[in-house]
Amino acid sequence: MAKLTFTKETYLQWFESMMLMRRFEEKSAQLYGQQKIKGFCHLYIGQEAVVAGTMSALQKDDRLITAYRDHAHALACGISARAVMAELYGKATGCSKGKGGSMHMFSKEHNFFGGHGIVGGQIPLGAGIAFADQYRGGKQVTVCYFGDGAMRQGALHETFNMAMLWKLPVIFVIENNGYAMGTSVERTSNVGELYKAGLAFDMPSFSVDGMKAESVHEAVAKAAERGRNGDGPTLLEIRTYRYRGHSMSDPAKYRTKEEVEAYKLQDPLEQVRTSILNKKWASAEDLDKIEENINNIVQDAVDFSENSPFPDESELFTDVYAEPNYPFIIE
Amino acid sequence: MRSIQFREALREALSEEMRRDESIFLMGEEVAEYNGAYKVSQGMLDEFGAKRIIDTPIAELGFAGIGVGAAMNGLRPIIEFMTFNFSLVAIDQVINAAAKMYSMSGGQFNIPMVFRGPTGSAGQLGAQHSQAFENWYANCPGLKVVVPSNPYDAKGLLKTAIRDNDPVIFMESEQMYGDKGEVPEEEYLIPIGVADVKRTGTHVTLVSFGKIMKVVLAAAEELAKEGIECEVIDLRTVRPIDYNTVIESVKKTNRLVIIEEAWPLASISSEITYMVQKNAFDYLDAPIRRITTQDVPLGYAPTLVQAFLPSIQKTVQTVKEVLYK
Repeated sequence: MAKLTFTKETYLQWFESMMLMRRFEEKSAQLYGQQKIKGFCHLYIGQEAVVAGTMSALQKDDRLITAYRDHAHALACGISARAVMAELYGKATGCSKGKGGSMHMFSKEHNFFGGHGIVGGQIPLGAGIAFADQYRGGKQVTVCYFGDGAMRQGALHETFNMAMLWKLPVIFVIENNGYAMGTSVERTSNVGELYKAGLAFDMPSFSVDGMKAESVHEAVAKAAERGRNGDGPTLLEIRTYRYRGHSMSDPAKYRTKEEVEAYKLQDPLEQVRTSILNKKWASAEDLDKIEENINNIVQDAVDFSENSPFPDESELFTDVYAEPNYPFIIE
Repeated sequence: MRSIQFREALREALSEEMRRDESIFLMGEEVAEYNGAYKVSQGMLDEFGAKRIIDTPIAELGFAGIGVGAAMNGLRPIIEFMTFNFSLVAIDQVINAAAKMYSMSGGQFNIPMVFRGPTGSAGQLGAQHSQAFENWYANCPGLKVVVPSNPYDAKGLLKTAIRDNDPVIFMESEQMYGDKGEVPEEEYLIPIGVADVKRTGTHVTLVSFGKIMKVVLAAAEELAKEGIECEVIDLRTVRPIDYNTVIESVKKTNRLVIIEEAWPLASISSEITYMVQKNAFDYLDAPIRRITTQDVPLGYAPTLVQAFLPSIQKTVQTVKEVLYK
């Protein structure tokens, strides 16, 4: 396949969506510090090119599912910053009605099948979503994200095997940020090249530079084409980096400052900015304007969340069963 | 009325529902070409084809999760576990995914699916193939748990379970698949959560479910010969539990024995005991008693199996004790 060329629109779309992820997460960190956001909270800062590069390569009715580091995926699927922020606040106006929280963003309307909290648990789910599309003869593909930690879960290997056996239209995306919480990839297996796990199942498997939206887009576009053509799954090991700790409670003392700084030098958002400026597709002032607009969107999301109500106590017993009159035991 | 086997009743339920709804598929180990490890799905591959009757590799965690994912995306999967002993390697997908999805997503993704297969002991199968997890699954909100005891109930309840929009755990028994019972030709459904009074009586209430109903009904027959009239209740589902039928019966008989194939701690019988003492305390003329399995892993030898399980003799004896005879 010839190297893809990307349009001005795609670059500006990447810049805007990655800027939204970045500013949203920075605000989330700040609000977490203020205890406006509770629970576990995993930030995406540094990894933005993975989601941005995927979304530009997909079609509108394709499906996404991921783990608990899911704010950016939710935003990229088109869920409003208001609904994602309100979910972080635990408000009734959140995209999961305040019942999910940071780790469980969902939107059926936007084909976002959720953030999932058990490492690797969403991998068979992603294959199942693809199974349903294949069963109906649909042309959608499912992108199923997980981290490098999930590589070592049994669910992954069982799912890879069946996904290949049945040629399911699914793209497995490893967001390899180098650490499963505090444990580096090389400390979890003799096989440090994660994409090689797919080769055991004869799955087309590639490693991708996750700091470049262009590389991600190219790899995902090819994989999506395979899926849509009925050729089955693809495994993409997208090598990325998170600037923050595993979660808000992780000071990340298991890695050096130098390592973090080295990655910041190839920051995915700055790379997109530089490309746009070099190609003269927009001026620095134009980009500042986009950034200012994003800042306003994020602040609006915060204001919206602050002013939204918490779910009523009666919501405890709704959405547990689809059956309307389930006889809960009330003590 | 015609009489058919328990496995045939299940097959009829599966086939009838699959004929009326294209979104239903059956997936599990040996369900297709082998015709089912216990022949429940015999002939179904021929009728429905490999797209809808799907053999899997031995990967319960993987295919249980693929089922949940398919349910999130609009299908109505039926996942067969060769036995519920093997469901333990898949339990993450049952508890953390199927049971939680509707709630976590704020009511966006319900999971209309059935996990089914045999539960409990079935002779000398050793410790790992003889376990009953009805109370484990019943403990978890988001699930429904159905445990039929006869072919008629099996068919009516399985059809309801397949049409249900929530995840249903449907537990059968290797020792019931060959049992015959009357099942009408015409279609019927049995609601989930409604117990069945199998026998009316005034002296004592006996409560059970699933395969152990055979033991309880035989014990009631024995006791009747001695003039002791038992009211026998088949719970049929253990989540939700039809407490009301049990409580109303105890108000009449004033005595209760619960018989269950499960380890005693935090079992269905513990739960019913709590509810009855709370709601019918003044009606009780004797302590509530229960017969569970022994509090140990089941050994292989026939003597150990016999000593482990509820039996007719243990039931008769316990009933006499609550009657102070």
